[in-house]
Amino acid sequence: MTSAAASAIPVTVLTGYLGAGKTTLLNRILSEDHGKKYAVIVNEFGEVGIDNDLVVDTDEEIFEMNNGCICCTVRGDLIRILEGLMKRKGKFDAVIIETTGLADPAPVAQTFFMDDEVRAKTRLDAIVTVVDAKNLMARIEDSPEAEDQVAFADVILLNKVDLVSAEELARVKAEILAINPQARIVETERCAVDLSEVLDRGAFDLDRILLVEPEFLVADHHSHDETVKSISLEAGDMEPEPFFEWVNRATQEQGPNIRRMKGIIAFKGDPERYVVQGVHMIVEGNHQRDWKPDEERRTRLVFIGRDLDFAALKAGFEACKAA
Amino acid sequence: MPTIDPRSFDAYVVASGFLGEAPVFALGDGHVRLVVGETDPTVEAHDGGILAARVAADGRSLLTAGDDGRVVRTTADGTTETLFERRGKWLDQLAEGPQGAIATASGRMAWVRLADGTVVEFPHEKAVGGVAFLPKGLRLATATTDKAMLHWVTAKGAPVDLPWKGAHTGITASPDGRFLVTTMQEPALHGWRIDDMKHMRMTGYPTKVKSISWSAKGRFLATSGANAAILWPYLSKDGPMGKAPLELGPRDRIVTSVACHPSEDVVAIGYDDGMIMAVRFGDAAEVLLRKPEGSPVSALAWDAAGVRIAFGGEGGEAGVIDIRR
Repeated sequence: MTSAAASAIPVTVLTGYLGAGKTTLLNRILSEDHGKKYAVIVNEFGEVGIDNDLVVDTDEEIFEMNNGCICCTVRGDLIRILEGLMKRKGKFDAVIIETTGLADPAPVAQTFFMDDEVRAKTRLDAIVTVVDAKNLMARIEDSPEAEDQVAFADVILLNKVDLVSAEELARVKAEILAINPQARIVETERCAVDLSEVLDRGAFDLDRILLVEPEFLVADHHSHDETVKSISLEAGDMEPEPFFEWVNRATQEQGPNIRRMKGIIAFKGDPERYVVQGVHMIVEGNHQRDWKPDEERRTRLVFIGRDLDFAALKAGFEACKAA
Repeated sequence: MPTIDPRSFDAYVVASGFLGEAPVFALGDGHVRLVVGETDPTVEAHDGGILAARVAADGRSLLTAGDDGRVVRTTADGTTETLFERRGKWLDQLAEGPQGAIATASGRMAWVRLADGTVVEFPHEKAVGGVAFLPKGLRLATATTDKAMLHWVTAKGAPVDLPWKGAHTGITASPDGRFLVTTMQEPALHGWRIDDMKHMRMTGYPTKVKSISWSAKGRFLATSGANAAILWPYLSKDGPMGKAPLELGPRDRIVTSVACHPSEDVVAIGYDDGMIMAVRFGDAAEVLLRKPEGSPVSALAWDAAGVRIAFGGEGGEAGVIDIRR
């Protein structure tokens, strides 16, 4: 990681449909004595019961970037607020952005890739989606936004687990994993979670993509015919040039359908791990750290999306393997 | 050789300037710092952060807008006066018109407060990215998504749209009132000749343009955002169309702040490595004013006589440069 990335302010994006428990979590973050100060950007001022000069009220302001990319939408209001917050750097440790219940997480996430200044001064730490065990299945059936929020998440706070039976809980978890097997699921009642499980996760969560076994995806036990699925691609060393060429082409072709993409890449002859992540058509990559001596050099790349052409992605990926 | 009287504040310098002879700095932590003799009094102008600031046209007070929802006037003796207040709103835009009018904005609303305290509201469909008065003060220009707008401040009459696709993040009117120019989310400026709405595209920047300054008599518009200060010529009736801009003080760093001299064809240029230079338009002659040091220059302003520069950086480094010594 570069020094700029190290000093960048971590940002947590909090999503979840209405009633899932987002506001409960937010009020806990603001009221608990955890020794950290958060600047919080909210959509509905009234709901947060804490008087705090670092709670900012905003109207979602989504616009398309003038770059010919149809899915490159960003949140203009966030750019402005984050620029303003940077003038108060030192007064807070991290930023939390609450989105509305019906929000598409993509413009929020893309803001952290598309605006140079935001990208230089902040770091998207994790997208945390609050869902409730009781109602998630129904929400996924009737709202594509709820499904997208699960698809985008790095961390899923599975709330209200006390309101369902063990069987129901198992079904809900299977459903979440069918959409997004890389998400870390944290079960809670009334959002009573150790906040360190949710906030300032950093690269920690990225390593999860190496842990989740791709075989899991083959299992077909879904309760409904969901359209958001993930594909996990695995190999040893990769050839850099064909890989970048393929990733750029694949994300251009399938970008509108891709929700998240993330991976850890072992490039032939490269002593460092390369990490990539993307939203729709936007992809960003960086060297992360050296491969450890006792670490197996493995490449793992995950796509989560709607109606993805899995066969094409797999064939393209396979063609980039180092000989 | 110019001298520097350095200061170090513990907050981002949002704007700098002079109140009469006294250098003044508006800081991100809500404080206003005056440099008076041996002491630098601190004025707690805002309960929160300052998001926008400018010295009033008469040079006697500093106007600041903050995330505490207030626009405050601070004078050289350290007294403050709240000119406008909307609790809970982040006021991040600020403009001053003639006859003591001020404009500010938050989210989708822009306001003008007239000298007598009357407030006029200007609702927008999308967020207001910038506010500016036309020179006579009768019209307010605003930047918003996909267009700029011209509103009548007090007269009846529908606002005029100046469409151009994209998010407009700031706006300025040329001193002669013939042109409007916006900064954009994309690394570009867009302009309109108000008479016939003719478009002017000013592109080619590697980063967003965040600092702009009109030169004396509005002959050039100096801008940040590139590896040199880019100055667009507004001498002719067509503005910069079809003409190459001046590129002054080229370096392998990004220009973060520009301030044109009040009377001469000279621009002060601040870079992202803290360096400051003054460059003459005609022959591009350069004078080093501050060596590379500290954080990106975020504030830069000449005094009325054009002999001193108050500057500040994102990390709180600041000072007063005197070019006479």
